[in-house]
Amino acid sequence: MNDFSVKSVLKKNVMTMALFGIYVLFVILAFLLKSTNMLEPSIVSSLIEQNAYVFVLGAGMLMCMLTGGNIDLSVGSVVCFVGAIVGLFSVENRIIHMPLSVPVVLLIAIGVGVAYGSLLGFLIAYVRIPPWIATLAGYLAFRGLGTQILTKASETNAISIPSTDALGELSDIFSGRLFETDWGEINIPCIIMGLIGIAVFAFLTISARRKKIVKGYQADPLWYVVTKLVLVSLVILFFTVEFSFDGGMPTVVLWILGVLILYGIVTEKTTIGRHFMTVGGNAEAARLSGINNKRVMFFAYFNMAILTVIAALIVTVRTGAANSFAGQEYELDAIAACIVGGVSAYGGAGTVIGMVVGATLIGVINQGMSLIGVDQNWIKIVKGLVLLAAVVFEIFSKNSKAKASKTKTQKEKTAELEDAIAKAQEELEKASDEALNEDPAVPSAENVVTTES
Amino acid sequence: MAKVLLEMNSITKTFPGVKALDNVNLKVEEGEIHALVGENGAGKSTLMNVLSGIYPYGSYTGDIIYDGEVCMFHNIKDSEKKGIVIIHQELALIPYMTIGENMFLGNEQGSKWCIDWNKTYAEADKYLEMVGLTDSSKTLIKDIGTGKQQLVEIAKALAKHAKLLILDEPTSSLNETDSRALLDLMKKLKGEGMTMIIISHKLNEVSYVADKITVVRDGSTIETLDAATDDISETRIIKGMVGREITDRFPKRHDIVLGDVMMEVNDWTVYHPEFSERKVCDNVSINVRAGEVVGIYGLMGAGRTELAMSIFGRSYGIGISGELRLRGEPVTLRSPKAAIDAGLAYVTEDRKGNGLVLSNSILRNTTLANLNGVSSGTFIDKDKEYEVAKEYVEKLRTKTPSVEQLVGNLSGGNQQKVLLAKWMFANPDVLILDEPTRGIDVGAKYEIYCIINDLAKAGKSVIMISSELPEVIGMSDRIYIMNQAKIVGEMNASEATQENIMACIVGVSGDNSADGEGSEA
Repeated sequence: MNDFSVKSVLKKNVMTMALFGIYVLFVILAFLLKSTNMLEPSIVSSLIEQNAYVFVLGAGMLMCMLTGGNIDLSVGSVVCFVGAIVGLFSVENRIIHMPLSVPVVLLIAIGVGVAYGSLLGFLIAYVRIPPWIATLAGYLAFRGLGTQILTKASETNAISIPSTDALGELSDIFSGRLFETDWGEINIPCIIMGLIGIAVFAFLTISARRKKIVKGYQADPLWYVVTKLVLVSLVILFFTVEFSFDGGMPTVVLWILGVLILYGIVTEKTTIGRHFMTVGGNAEAARLSGINNKRVMFFAYFNMAILTVIAALIVTVRTGAANSFAGQEYELDAIAACIVGGVSAYGGAGTVIGMVVGATLIGVINQGMSLIGVDQNWIKIVKGLVLLAAVVFEIFSKNSKAKASKTKTQKEKTAELEDAIAKAQEELEKASDEALNEDPAVPSAENVVTTES
Repeated sequence: MAKVLLEMNSITKTFPGVKALDNVNLKVEEGEIHALVGENGAGKSTLMNVLSGIYPYGSYTGDIIYDGEVCMFHNIKDSEKKGIVIIHQELALIPYMTIGENMFLGNEQGSKWCIDWNKTYAEADKYLEMVGLTDSSKTLIKDIGTGKQQLVEIAKALAKHAKLLILDEPTSSLNETDSRALLDLMKKLKGEGMTMIIISHKLNEVSYVADKITVVRDGSTIETLDAATDDISETRIIKGMVGREITDRFPKRHDIVLGDVMMEVNDWTVYHPEFSERKVCDNVSINVRAGEVVGIYGLMGAGRTELAMSIFGRSYGIGISGELRLRGEPVTLRSPKAAIDAGLAYVTEDRKGNGLVLSNSILRNTTLANLNGVSSGTFIDKDKEYEVAKEYVEKLRTKTPSVEQLVGNLSGGNQQKVLLAKWMFANPDVLILDEPTRGIDVGAKYEIYCIINDLAKAGKSVIMISSELPEVIGMSDRIYIMNQAKIVGEMNASEATQENIMACIVGVSGDNSADGEGSEA
């Protein structure tokens, strides 16, 4: 079954190791250059809180990208728009004089997501507008709409949302700390939650393995399971200890975990996730296997809109204001997180864990360089290079894999030759124009993904 | 005797592991129409690709002597410079450009940096007149019919100062009137001194237009018939095309028990999704019994795949009419999902294009059409999925290190087995296999045949679409012959021979064609 040699396991987790290495590097650099301790609780929790939206949006973007490398460019603008709507209805302003209660505001926000998601999904799946065009329209329109609302509602072009008074509820749902304690004081509930997390993870891992052994299936080797358990536990422990010294578990962590676990399960364990992957892997094969491609596309974008609303609420509450520049480049952050996290830009492959690693890696680079005092423009340059490097690495490792499989055995070699012949014959028979530019004797590595006509 | 314009001597072209062309000789005289005929995959197109430089000099052995000198074409530009122009079967015109723009694509008129549009359109009109097309050269390609588009292709070739014109299945997408006009144009061009090579499946057209006919079979030139001296009737040509023995390449089935009629299609008519006036299936009626292997034979473009896909949940075509009965009950299947649920399976012809997800593992491909079979609710039981995949790998003897292997890394034969496994796991009653053995080696073919026989033995109904005559005859209990969107014959395998199947096809094309001369079959 799976190859569990140490080498292959390391190879599979190369991005995670890179993340760890870069984090340690920045911790050292920040300490040496600026005498800043990046491991300080407030810095660690701000790393998570600042990047919360990337995790949430990344999950949605992952689903879109799985369907064939499709992206949603409108999420940043929709974040701004939803923020404006929330501000408009929850705080007294020039348009609305009687603020609505928090549950009603939330319902409105979700309603916006449902409406936009349905429209976008319909346009992309059933009217067959290319996703990037449909969402580019959203990108432009919602930024304008959001700004317009804010300009009309407030002299300052922003609506501040106080975290106290009537709106405390809203803040409590999306921001703040669970069982908050004073800074520097150890927060016991946070530690307990962490320990429960570790226990649940350990129980699930061990019971899954036992089930496999009982049923006689091939189980992961013990060393692998133990190492994984220890490492994951250490990571959980690290964060809970850090959080516990910074007033407690940030509420947003629950949102992040909820979204990530849900989407992790959907992509890995359900038929729905399999349908998404298949549509991205080969749309025509998916269709002829009884999968409703259009429905899959619809839900990819519907789902993205709902997650965008959640991200908008998190961001708006955290910043305490609805701004016309809120959510700028969020779509690019989400896409970058997916790409760095190994999600295929052509669709059909990608994991939530990968996206999380990608998002965290970019977050760490952001935070680390800021702390060292690198100029914002330089940070952008570095992020661009990291994105490029991740894709180049991906392509190289894929190529070397293909090469490795070519040199395996004589049998497989002949097998590939047969393929080449088959392909050559097909091409000859068609004698289509593409044949002019291709050498049919070489089996093409990537396959042409035919889109439904 | 006229001067020999082109001589191809002992051309051998090898693709890794197989000889596509084996010692082929072809001699074309100046000012003649030379036809190349042969079954699908016989090597006609390969030969023309060698000639036009698509397969560059050095990738084959043998000599091409053109116009008295040995040629070494490295690409298509080289051959075009010499006046050898190939017109491919699929029209290569760009719909949203004008006729004139298309004609001079890659051969733009004017200076190096600036296109002279006046000159372009003037030149275009000149060549259009030569092919008898009266439309303005500023008309968009999408606004003229396929017949005229084919004429534009020829005008385009003339604009390249073609001396030797190669037409690959020029009439395959044309109706009879347009085909006839095209053939007459060829005769007219011949009168003006043009030399032409035509590749065609339509033997009546070949007899009508050709001066010489070279038969290609299994990568070799079998014979060259001269219209002036030899008999070039269609039956005579067929004899050359199929003169191959059926050896013991097919496993025999014993104790065939046929059940009731499992699936029945009556008066099935389907229109092309883009050219909505063109019928891809015309009043087709077929049926298949439980435990029966029914072959559908036809040349490429006969409408076999279109028939299968339109039955399979209307996954192809528009304006579908006719009746579909499963186990005697009329059913309407509006989507592939509905078809699968009703017990149908369609194993696609193009396993890489629309059959398998190459970037996924064997495991995932195997369960794709029946995910519910390994899930409870929406949750996939991965252990069960693994067992299922493993079971089929063992059952079909798929050669792979593990079920986690990506399908893209398997050989053609093993990919085909995964594709079959996928549909077998969906547990259908009727399996439609579209070219199940295309592009796989003899050993793997035999194994696929065994699987087909096992399926029939298990009471499944199997429809096998194939363009390999020996395969159809060797495997089927009953054979339908399809040509130009119609069923033109039905026979039991015991009566079937290569000759009488081919005769069915020719019979219809002869009846249909407007011309009286040439078609004798």
